Amino acid sequence: MNEDDLRQMIGRVQRGSLSRRGFVKRMAAVGLTAPMATQLLALSGISPASAQSVPTYAPSRRGGGGALKILYWQASTLLNPHFGSGTTNADASRVFYEPLAGWATDGTLHPILAAEIPSTDNGGLSPDGRSVTWKLKRGVKWHDGQDFSADDVIFNWEYAKNPAVAAVSSGSYRDVNVVKVDDHTVRVEFNQPTPFWADAFVAAIGQLIPKHLFKDYAGANARDAPTNLRPVGTSAYKFVSFAPGDNLRAELNPNYHLDNRPYFDTLEIKGGGDAVSAARAVMQTADFDYAWNMQVEDEILKRLEANGRGKVNIVEGGSIEFVQLNPTDPHREVEGERASIKSEHPAFRDPKVREAMALLIDRNALEQFIYGRGGPATANFLNNPPRFTSPNMRWEFSIAKANEILDAAGWVRGRDGIRAKDGVRLRFIYQTSVNAPRQRTQAVYKQAAQRAGIDLELKSVTASVFFSSDVANPDTYTKFFADMQMYTTTMPQADPERFMNQYVSWEVSSKANNWQGRNISRFRSEEYDRIFRESQGELDPVKRAALFIRMNDIVVSSNHIIPLVKRPTVSASLNNLRHVLSAWDGTTWLLSDWWRET
Amino acid sequence: MAGSIPVSATASPARKPHIGPWGEAWRRFRKHKMAVASAVVLLILIFGVLFGPLIWTLPIDEIDFTARLESPSLAHPLGTDDLGQDLLARILYGGRISLAVGFTAMLVAVGLGVLVGSIAGMAGGKLDAALMWLTDLFLSLPQLPLLLLIIYLFRESLTGIVGVEMGVFIMVVVVIGIFNWMPVARLVRAQFFSLREKEFVEAARALGASRARLVLRHILPNALGPVIVTATIDVAGAIIAESTLSFLGLGFPPDIPTWGRLLFDAKDNLDFAPHWALFPGLAIFLTVLTINFVGDGLRDALDPRRVT
Repeated sequence: MNEDDLRQMIGRVQRGSLSRRGFVKRMAAVGLTAPMATQLLALSGISPASAQSVPTYAPSRRGGGGALKILYWQASTLLNPHFGSGTTNADASRVFYEPLAGWATDGTLHPILAAEIPSTDNGGLSPDGRSVTWKLKRGVKWHDGQDFSADDVIFNWEYAKNPAVAAVSSGSYRDVNVVKVDDHTVRVEFNQPTPFWADAFVAAIGQLIPKHLFKDYAGANARDAPTNLRPVGTSAYKFVSFAPGDNLRAELNPNYHLDNRPYFDTLEIKGGGDAVSAARAVMQTADFDYAWNMQVEDEILKRLEANGRGKVNIVEGGSIEFVQLNPTDPHREVEGERASIKSEHPAFRDPKVREAMALLIDRNALEQFIYGRGGPATANFLNNPPRFTSPNMRWEFSIAKANEILDAAGWVRGRDGIRAKDGVRLRFIYQTSVNAPRQRTQAVYKQAAQRAGIDLELKSVTASVFFSSDVANPDTYTKFFADMQMYTTTMPQADPERFMNQYVSWEVSSKANNWQGRNISRFRSEEYDRIFRESQGELDPVKRAALFIRMNDIVVSSNHIIPLVKRPTVSASLNNLRHVLSAWDGTTWLLSDWWRET
Repeated sequence: MAGSIPVSATASPARKPHIGPWGEAWRRFRKHKMAVASAVVLLILIFGVLFGPLIWTLPIDEIDFTARLESPSLAHPLGTDDLGQDLLARILYGGRISLAVGFTAMLVAVGLGVLVGSIAGMAGGKLDAALMWLTDLFLSLPQLPLLLLIIYLFRESLTGIVGVEMGVFIMVVVVIGIFNWMPVARLVRAQFFSLREKEFVEAARALGASRARLVLRHILPNALGPVIVTATIDVAGAIIAESTLSFLGLGFPPDIPTWGRLLFDAKDNLDFAPHWALFPGLAIFLTVLTINFVGDGLRDALDPRRVT
């Protein structure tokens, strides 16, 4: 599809001969995300159809729904959206704080504290892509009765971008300028034409905190604010109590800004335990209404579903379980650093070895016997802002082919059956976190590799260590002191820019940045860097999409990155609970619209 | 009849055939029915894990997705796990490791404990005080964090020298041993204190026995009863400690099916594949139970003061 086709199609939508939904579908077919397609329409003066993307809300009065009990087997520890790293914290603070808009699961924006979603039609978007103007909803009050206004929005921008505050959300606010137009209008200005404008003030990163309670804690003392643990927001539920790492209680907000909402009188989010017992607590004993993130073998979920009390919800997002083959040498120190980017992995520097490794994992078996509905096999790393899939990648499982490739490349089997060449043996340490499906995957991979003369030494590290950012610990995934590792990486928003920056060379995780870089695999390619930079300034959504597909193809065909299965968000809920979930936003993004059928 | 000379052989009391101390112990052990039964079961278990894999030759890691979570059948007498791997083969193989870890760790703990305890018990005075401080120190150390530390510090260098399985084995055994010798040391020291003042020891000392002889021939054998009981409990403890380490991802690699690891893998499937957890659980249960009974029987058999 070229630019002309695109303009013609947009023209058809404007004339009314093509529905917006039809347009989004066609865009998805050429690999364009739904959010980007809707933004494209917005740029052309067609307001996005946001209302239909959220299921209808039936209750006709506020309250009376009793208690809503949600189970998170990883508990939240902090309730300030600008500090809480990780999904659990973002979801917990979202119970109280709201952004201007959130992402519905079809990739459209849903207004929350905004009166409407900006578009060129309503004057919200400038045609040059350099600014976006948000109109705020009127009559919104904080839980303590104060009015919500543009000053609060401006304050959040100042707060988040202030280096002294050290907010985790700073990346979304640092490079923009926010101007107050009037009490209920703000304008976000960008330095350069910005294709993806819905970042600041949107979704998890956009949760707004009240100026009047945080203004005295907007500097280096930000972490001392008492409201970090006792939030006062604008949402449907008011704060009652919070025990970090344990549970969170809230109650109905009688002055919520939407009619008839919320439905439930009280809300409890209980943390802790493990995924399997959480699944049981919902689907077997029905002690809870909803359980988050069911990282459980599908077999078990299916058997629990058979009880007839609860069901499993599967929402496709961009998360992916994948294997990284280390391009650097983890067994040798170079200038006092293991896996230094100055070193080269003795075996994986041979592309033939990497090719063989990619042929040795049976994704079909993983999907069928281990992950089930929770892990469809994939050949792509970038899968799913709705069908953003590269059509060029294929996966194959063939031990015979792997053997052929290795034979041809001169890797000869030794007496113990393990291949070697020039003193380098194909014997790799393969690490991951302690998690039943991952240990199963390791076993499957190991057996196939063994038949191709490659010995995998399996290592599993307890998740709280593996995923920690503890600089002193050698077993973290960010250090990657192993030949191979496997985990799931998540895609936080519907746009792939944040997601694909994990392979640019300036993000490489190393001693110099305390292993905080986003590029954990230490993959480096000049071509990739160049294309990524190009995509950052590309306003044309179609060209931009093509660039991201190219980036996916570069990493996947290098075989340093071996995608295994997609990981849709899997959750469990009681049959009568009507929830609103989204792949592109947190679980609690629209808690105001949850209700129970009786 | 003192001093008198028997007139004839027929008048002498019926002479028992001479029984040595070991024969005596065996005679007493046999009287403890549970201990004998347990010893038989334990021997069967040990022979099973040692020679079983020679008879039951299915590989432990053969993945067969067509035979997942099968209940016990002729092809798989103990069923299969969720990758279709044969559980009997895995339990036999895992038993070697679990039992080896259990017994070796016990030997380390008992060896250290007896050494420290007997030195403290014999020396008394300052050396005794110092050694008891050391014991208290070890008792008050938080075990798990220290275990983690030791494993992080030494795992890589050790596995580099002797290979993964052996390296982890040595480390697990040493680590478990190092944290379990204290009760043994205290027991041995207390026994020494009471025994070294006993008349038979005094007699031996009066006859000019050396210190080493006193300890090895006279005191230690008499102190061993309680030590053996503690040792049997240590074996059980070590088997369980190994599963804790595997559970935390610090023990053997996840593809080595020790009994603890098998249980850990099976726990999520407990309600619809109970056989998977049942058999390794049963193996641990039987081992621990029989070792305890055997220990019980041994204590009775080796107690020199007991007259039957």
